[in-house]
Amino acid sequence: MTQPKDFGFDDDAAMLRDTARKFLADHLPTDKLHRLVAANSDPYRTPACDWDQNLWRQIVALGWTTVAVPEADGGMGMKLAALAGLAEEVGRAALPSPFIATALATLVLRECGGEPARKLLGEIATGRAATLATTPRSGAWEIDACAVRLEGGKLQGSAWFVQDARKADVLIVKAASADGIALCAVPVNSAGVDIVPDAIIDLTRDQAHVQFDNVAVAPGQVLAAPGKGAAALAAAEPALLTIIAADMCGAAEWLLQTTAEYARLREQFGHQIGYFQAVKHPLVNLMIALDQAKSLVYNAACAVDSEPERAPAYARMAKAAAADVAAYASNRAIQFHGGIGFTWECAVHLYTKRQKHNQMFYGDGSYQRAKLAELLMGAVGSGAAVGYSSP
Amino acid sequence: MSEERSRDTPEQAEFRSHCRAWLTANPLPDAPVRLPQSAIEIMHTAQLDYLREWQRLAYAAGLIGCDYPVAEGGGGRKDCQIVANQEMQRAGRPFLPNILGLGMAAPTIHLHGTQTVRETLLPRLFSCADIWCQGFSEPGAGSDLANVQTFAERRGERWVINGHKVWTSLAHFADWMILLARSDRTNKYEGMTYFVVPIKAELGRAVTVRPLIKITGETGFNEVFFDGLEIPDDYRVGAVGQGWQVAQTTLLHERGAGPMVTPSSGRGGDPDRQIADAYGLIDLARTSPRAGKTAADDPVLRDRIMQLIIRQEGSRQGARRARVPALCEHPQRIPLQAKLVMSEIRQDACALAMEIQGAASSFAFSDANAPDGGEWALGYMNSYGVTIAAGTNEIQRNILGERVLGLAKSK
Repeated sequence: MTQPKDFGFDDDAAMLRDTARKFLADHLPTDKLHRLVAANSDPYRTPACDWDQNLWRQIVALGWTTVAVPEADGGMGMKLAALAGLAEEVGRAALPSPFIATALATLVLRECGGEPARKLLGEIATGRAATLATTPRSGAWEIDACAVRLEGGKLQGSAWFVQDARKADVLIVKAASADGIALCAVPVNSAGVDIVPDAIIDLTRDQAHVQFDNVAVAPGQVLAAPGKGAAALAAAEPALLTIIAADMCGAAEWLLQTTAEYARLREQFGHQIGYFQAVKHPLVNLMIALDQAKSLVYNAACAVDSEPERAPAYARMAKAAAADVAAYASNRAIQFHGGIGFTWECAVHLYTKRQKHNQMFYGDGSYQRAKLAELLMGAVGSGAAVGYSSP
Repeated sequence: MSEERSRDTPEQAEFRSHCRAWLTANPLPDAPVRLPQSAIEIMHTAQLDYLREWQRLAYAAGLIGCDYPVAEGGGGRKDCQIVANQEMQRAGRPFLPNILGLGMAAPTIHLHGTQTVRETLLPRLFSCADIWCQGFSEPGAGSDLANVQTFAERRGERWVINGHKVWTSLAHFADWMILLARSDRTNKYEGMTYFVVPIKAELGRAVTVRPLIKITGETGFNEVFFDGLEIPDDYRVGAVGQGWQVAQTTLLHERGAGPMVTPSSGRGGDPDRQIADAYGLIDLARTSPRAGKTAADDPVLRDRIMQLIIRQEGSRQGARRARVPALCEHPQRIPLQAKLVMSEIRQDACALAMEIQGAASSFAFSDANAPDGGEWALGYMNSYGVTIAAGTNEIQRNILGERVLGLAKSK
């Protein structure tokens, strides 16, 4: 298969992205974001879940949650590049919302097939928020790592690192059974579900671990039957990595532009500090790395739609590049803002913390490169010449 | 990947078929001598003659100058040079020798030259009847290019040139030079004028070309001395005092960011070694012993190979994204990165290849024991030509910071 030259990012995708940028700039400017999520600086504050539910209702009304939902299930069925464009804007605004969590859930549901998954996709299109409960306490991202059991129609165990759990209406739970991995839809208010908020560094989302104690799962809640869940998750994984990477690229662009603006304003030694190459050149290096990451994001998004056999490798490249640039952007942004950049009052830390979270989420750069090397070179010690050559 | 064909315009599709048919029907004989890695390392006439004939044939078939007007010797097509480039590269053809002419002189002459200059010089440039070089840098004008002191003195309808140019690739073969000269010593930026200068006819008289030897031992670049060279005013490109503005067109194209696509065919060196590609590091690692296993089993080297492949793929996809305006924050942002990024990826890939080769990296390309024909080590040495030329990568970072990010000028 071949990819379209424009990454599948068509006029509709551009219009959606431009509208989103303006909407978020109008409704969640940085100072408002700061008031929303950083009102309490107490390091011992109880785990917060600060978000603007009215804004979320407007976002649902704008149709953002339907972008990746197939048309047959009530969505817009747009290309993944369109969703990546939205995710970039969400990252640029550091939007606290269940948007990314729901998007990731949507991408998994698309791979499940079957009536329960399609029904839930339709509900997402009308505003139901979902999130993945697929990771054990160890933080292992591998699909076979699972600490929830499904036996006799009941869930038992725990899932950790559940994103925006307190904003979600329904959990997509990965569960191991004698017949293999299953995926189940579990409403957050189900009997036996205990959502325990985590105290986390990132102020722009909430996270929880979830205990499942004898939680009943009816047949209509089984999204992927035992033995079918792993394939659905594996098929969705390139898209998940791509969307998380897009969020990081958007946030990195904010960090780049905000720091460049500061370097144009702040004067020392009689010059704007951007005059000095110790500031100028790292900002250019950041821009270059960001452009590579962003190009890899749209390449990966396009591959998911048009060249799926290459999507796993391309998505690893995108997530690796974006994770590294997320870290570098944050690092230089704080440093070049000087003392003010180290204060709670300056908005840079909101982005730095979101970037740190996303950098590790689903695996950082070195993790992605190890996985990529397995795809391109074979496993360590395999000596196998894997047939994956230069495009 | 074969993405190129998927959205060709009808003209591009028809032209692509033509290119493929011609390249298939006209295989190129093997080079009679070892080719250098790029045009700026051509040392011998045996190398030049072979490459020159290849460019002549490619031009005659319509694969060079495709997007230039017919009156200037071009193909009069739209957005077809990129197609020809893709097909020449796919066919594994070697590089085109007249690279400074094709990449810099031609677009500058096309956009600023008089009709006579355009129509008489460009066809001969495209066909490689005339070889071109670039007279910009001087001993005192490197990164600070606007400090050029080579002086053009006006005498009626003629100009007299005196001065000293340096790092002048291909000058030892060149018929013509694009020249940035000072015409007014009282005004730095408004005191330069741009010319096209015939140098070969005056060799040994008003023009002296002295070869410089690179760190590889190869020649290919030179010093050029002007001692009262007289040229007619017809050879002026752009207005008197506007040389700096005209030079920006040259520099934009030299950095890969200009409006005219440079004809580009392929690489030199050993045709069986794809050393410019970071993916080639994988095969190299599989065949390089390391600590009782292979370098492909070393987790640290695996990570570093992946880092380079990711950068290379990111750069390649960036070139694709640069043609999708809706996905670009600033129109010059990716194009102005091109030379900087490509040259550093190349340098880092070659350096990593040498580490992977270990002890065997010590063999020079002239030694039969050298792995991959010694091309990686040679490529590493030669890579500095590109990180330094066309404005050092430090100057490129200034330009990007100032033009794209709006930071205060460093100079």
